[in-house]
Amino acid sequence: MQSRPTLSQGGGGYPPKVPGWDMTALANSSPASRTGVWVAMAAITMTFVAITSAMVVRQGASLDWRHFTLPWVMYVDTLVLLLSSCTLQVARKRVALYARGVQAGRSIPALWLWLTLALGFLFVAGQYVAWLQLKAQGWYLATNPSSSFFYLLTALHALHVLGGLAGLTLVIWRFSRRVPTLRLSTLTTVSYYWHFVDVLWIYLLLLLWARI
Amino acid sequence: MAKFFALTIIIIAIASAVPIVMHIWEPPVDISTHGPLIDAQMSETMVEAGICFLAAQLILAAFIWRFSNRAKGEKIKSFPGGARALVLAAVVIVGIEVLALGVFGTKAWASIYFTPPSANALPIQVQAGQFAFYFRYPGPDGTFGPLHPEMINESTENFFGLDTTHDQDSKDDVVTAELAVPVNREIHLLMHAKDVGHSFFVRELRIQQDFVPGLDLSVHFTPTKIGRYEILCTQLCGLGHYNMKAYLEVKSQEDFDQWLKQQAALQ
Amino acid sequence: MHDMSAPVVHHHAPPTGFIRKYVFSLDHKVIGEQYYALALVAVYIGLVLSWIMRIHLAWPGFAIPGVQYLSKTGAPGGVLTPEYYLQLMTMHGTVMVFFVLTTAPFAGFGNYFLPIQVGAEDMPFPHLNMMSFWVTCVAFLVALSAFFVPQGPPLSGWTAYAPLSALGQIAGPGQGTGQVLWAVSIAIFCVGQLLGSLNFISTTLDMRCKGMSLMRMPLTVWAWFITSCIGLTAFAVLMPACILLIMDHVAGTSFFVPSGLVVNDQLQTHSGGSTLLWQHLFWFFGHPEVYIAIVPAVGVVSHVLVTNLRRPLLSARVLVYSMVAIAFLSYMVYGHHMFVSGMNPFSSIAFSFPTLVITIPATIIVLIWIGSLYGSRLRINTASLFALGFISMFVSGGISGFFLAQPSLDVMLHATYFVVGHFHLVMAVAALFGIFAGTYFWFSKVTGRMMNETLGKIHFWITFVGAYCIFMPFHYLGMAGNVRRYQAFVDDFMGPLMPVHKFITIAALITGAAQIVFLYNLIHSRFWGKLASQNPWEGTSLEWSIPSPPPFDNFGGKIPVVYHDPYQYGVDADGKDYVMQDSPEQVVSARDEK
Repeated sequence: MQSRPTLSQGGGGYPPKVPGWDMTALANSSPASRTGVWVAMAAITMTFVAITSAMVVRQGASLDWRHFTLPWVMYVDTLVLLLSSCTLQVARKRVALYARGVQAGRSIPALWLWLTLALGFLFVAGQYVAWLQLKAQGWYLATNPSSSFFYLLTALHALHVLGGLAGLTLVIWRFSRRVPTLRLSTLTTVSYYWHFVDVLWIYLLLLLWARI
Repeated sequence: MAKFFALTIIIIAIASAVPIVMHIWEPPVDISTHGPLIDAQMSETMVEAGICFLAAQLILAAFIWRFSNRAKGEKIKSFPGGARALVLAAVVIVGIEVLALGVFGTKAWASIYFTPPSANALPIQVQAGQFAFYFRYPGPDGTFGPLHPEMINESTENFFGLDTTHDQDSKDDVVTAELAVPVNREIHLLMHAKDVGHSFFVRELRIQQDFVPGLDLSVHFTPTKIGRYEILCTQLCGLGHYNMKAYLEVKSQEDFDQWLKQQAALQ
Repeated sequence: MHDMSAPVVHHHAPPTGFIRKYVFSLDHKVIGEQYYALALVAVYIGLVLSWIMRIHLAWPGFAIPGVQYLSKTGAPGGVLTPEYYLQLMTMHGTVMVFFVLTTAPFAGFGNYFLPIQVGAEDMPFPHLNMMSFWVTCVAFLVALSAFFVPQGPPLSGWTAYAPLSALGQIAGPGQGTGQVLWAVSIAIFCVGQLLGSLNFISTTLDMRCKGMSLMRMPLTVWAWFITSCIGLTAFAVLMPACILLIMDHVAGTSFFVPSGLVVNDQLQTHSGGSTLLWQHLFWFFGHPEVYIAIVPAVGVVSHVLVTNLRRPLLSARVLVYSMVAIAFLSYMVYGHHMFVSGMNPFSSIAFSFPTLVITIPATIIVLIWIGSLYGSRLRINTASLFALGFISMFVSGGISGFFLAQPSLDVMLHATYFVVGHFHLVMAVAALFGIFAGTYFWFSKVTGRMMNETLGKIHFWITFVGAYCIFMPFHYLGMAGNVRRYQAFVDDFMGPLMPVHKFITIAALITGAAQIVFLYNLIHSRFWGKLASQNPWEGTSLEWSIPSPPPFDNFGGKIPVVYHDPYQYGVDADGKDYVMQDSPEQVVSARDEK
C-alpha cells in the first residue's frame, strides 16, 4: 500500500455530492502538500528564531537600546488576525458540508472565505497604520536598534501574510468556478499556513512587547 | 590500472609524510613559557594523525590491489567482524583518541586563557587599524590615559587619540610602532581595534588572538628568548592586510629600559 | 476503481515547445540538468579565478594576459593590485561554495535522480521546483554583476566578516555596491535552496512507490534527504543575516558595527552593533553548509562504489545513521571557526568537543567503505576510480581536522594555509570527486551515450595526482606560519617557501587544464558518444530500470513496485550477480560465499 492513506480510502471521506467535483479524489489529492507546508513552516520559524537571537545579542551588546510603546493598533490587529483564523475554520467546515451535499448553496462557505481574506487584508492595513503611528512619534528604521528590529520583524511577517493571502485567493478562485476545482489538500495546507502565520504573530507580539 | 592506482596512493601517502618526518617546513622555535605545552600537543596530534593517515591510505591501497581483477573462482568475503567490529573500532579507538586529544589539549589552552595575568605583568596596549599596529606603554605613572577616537589623526601621529593637553595620565604615555618587551617578564597585552577586525599573530610566541571592534580583549605571555620576531595580522582587514605587520623585540631588562627612555623622549 | 498504489502528482501532458521543454520546464530531470549546467559554468569561472590568484601569488609582478579586460583599475596591464587579488579571492570562494558545491551534487544530481530512485513520476511541487532553479540563476547573475560595478566585487572573503563588510565603501574598494550585491545574491540564493529543500523532503517522505520503505531507499536518496533537512535550517539563518548586513549598508542601521570606529581618520556614526553577532550567525549556517557540500557526495560515492564492488556494503543502515549523526552534530560545532575570535575561551573548549566527536561517524563511514572493499570484486572504471579517489581525499582532508579541532593548536594554525589545505581537500576536492564519479556513472542514463573511458581515465589521473600536488603542500606552508588571504608574501620567513608556491601554481595550472579534457569529453560524448545500453553498470536501483534517456514521466506510466533492498549484489539470480529493486524474482540475500 502507499505510505500515506488519504481520506478517500476506507470511510471518513467526503462521498462526492457535487456533480463533477470530488474534493478528495485520489487523483486530485496531494499528501505531499501537507509535508510541504510543515517544511515551509519549519524554515520560516528558523528565520524568525535567527532574528530573535540577533535581537537578543544586539540588545545586550550595547547600552544604546531605547524602549518605546507598541502602537495600540498592534493589539487590534492581533484580534483581527485571531478572528480571521476563526472565520477560516468556519469556512473549512462549510466547504466540507457543501462538498458532502449537506449544505445547499455555495454562497455561505464562500462568504466565510471572503471574510477571512478581508480580515487578512485588514491586518496588513493595520500593520501599515502601526508603522505610520511609529513614524509620527519619530521612530524610523534606523532611529534605534529597537525600532530597526520592530520594522524588520513586522515587515517580514507581513510579507508572509501576503503569501497567505495569495493562497487564500487561490482557494476562493478555485472554489468559485462554475465547477469547483478546489482540492481538499489545497484548502488544508493554506489553512495550516494561515494558522501558522497567526501563531507566529502571537509570538512576535509577545517578543516585541517584552523587549521593545 | 588498479594496481597502479594502489601504488600511486601508497607513494602519495609516503611522500606526504616525508616532509613532516624530516621536519622540513616547521614552526619556528618556541620562545614562550606556555609554548612547550602547545608544541607537545602538536607533536602528539601529529603522531596520531600520521598513524591514522598512513594506515587508512595504505589499507585502502592494499584492498584496491588485492580485490580488483579477481580470478573467476574467487569468492566474495565479508570483513571479519563485519560492520559491528568497525563501528566498535571507530567508537572505541577513535573515540578515546580524540577525547584524549581534547582533554589534554585543554591544558595548553588553559595556560593561555584560563589563568589571569599576574599582578606584576607589564601592561602594554596595542591598537590594530588599517594597516598598522601601534603600541602604548603607560609610562612612569603606570596608568593609561583615556582614549578619544574622535581625536585620532594619522598626520599628527596621534594614533591612539590621546588628549595630552587635558588628560594627566596621557602625558607620560609612550606610543611606539614597535613592541619591545623585557625578556622573562610577563606581558599583559591589552588589545582593541580601531576600525575593522584584525588579529595578532607571533609564531614564535605561540600566540594568536583576534582584535574585535567593540571589544576590549587581552592576552598575556612571557617571552623567554631575546630576539626580533614578526607580528602578523591574520584577520582579513582590507587591501593592506598582507603588509600589516610589526616587530616584537625581546630585549634584556637594561636594553628595554634604555629603549623605553629613548622612545619617551621622542613623544 | 482507483489505482490505490500510487500517489499521483499532476498528470501534466508531455511539454511541447522549446521554452516549456528546455527553459521553463516543470520536469525535475530538466531542472536537474539546468542546475548541473549552472554549476558547470560556475566551476570554470571559479577555476579561472583560482588560476589568476595562483599565478599572482607565485609571480607577483607578472602581467597576466587578459585580466586587464576584466578590470582596468584592478589589474592595470594585467598585474593585480592588492585589493583586486582579494576581490577575486572573495568571488572564487563565493562562486565555488555556493554555486558549485551546493548546486551540483545536491540540486543537480538530486533533482534528476531523487524522484526516479524512489519510484515517483516527478516531485510534488514542480512549479516551486522550477522557481528554485530560476531564483538560483538570478542569484548567480547578481553575484557576477559585482564584477561590473565601478569598484568591483567585495574583498571581505566569502565569509564577509563585519565590520569590514558592513562599513561600506570607506572600508575598502568593492565594499560599497559590491558588498551589497554580494549580500543580495546570497539572500536570493537562500530562498532558491529553501524551495529546493521543500521538494526534496516532500518527495522522499510522500512520493515513494509501493514497496519502497525508508530503508530500501538508495544511499543517494538518504544523502539528499539529510542534506535538505540541514539546508532548511542553515539557509533560513543565513538569509536574515544577509538582510541585516544589507540594512547596515543601505538603511543606516548598526547591527554589526559598534561605536567609536575610526576609518581614514573619520569617526564612524554607527553605534552599538556586535561584530561577533555576524560571525555567530554566519557560522551557524557556515558549518552545516560544508556538510551540505559533502553529504550528497558521500551518498553518490557510496552508490557508485557499491555498484562497482559487486557485493552489498557491510551495512548501509550504519552509513545512514552515521550521516544522520553528522547532520545532527554539525549544529554544535560551528564555534570551531571562532576559537581565537574573542569569543569566551570556555566556549572554545565547549565547541571543540563535538568537533572532535564528529570524527567518529565520519570514521565509521570511511571504515564501512574500506571494509566493504575487502573480499569484493572491485571493478575499475572512471566512475569507481573517482569514488575511490574520494575516499583517499576525504581521509587526507579529514585528518587535518584533528589539528584544527583543538583550540590550543588552532592558535598556531588558524588563518594559515593549513586551514586552506584542510577545507580544499576535505570539501572542495572531495565533493568535486563525488561530482565527477556521479557524472561518469550517470551520464549514460541522462544522455543515452557513454562517456569516453580513455579520456575519463586521463582526467582522473591528472586530477588525482594534481590535486594532491596542489593541496598537500598547503599543510606544510601552514605549519611554517604562511598566513592566508595575503596577496603577496613579504614576511621575512617566506623567502624559502616561495619555491613551494611556484610548485603549487604549476600543479594548479596543469590540473586545471585536465578539466578541459573533462569538458571536452562531456560535450563530445553528449552528441557522438557510444550508444549506451539501459543498464551498463549492472546497477540495481530504479534509475537502471528505465530507458536512457528516461521518458518525460520517468516510468512510462507504469509506476514500479519494489521488492528488494537497494544493493543486492553478489547474489545468484538468473545468471546475473545482482537483482534489481523492482524485480519480483526471489533471491537469497548476499552473504559470504562458501
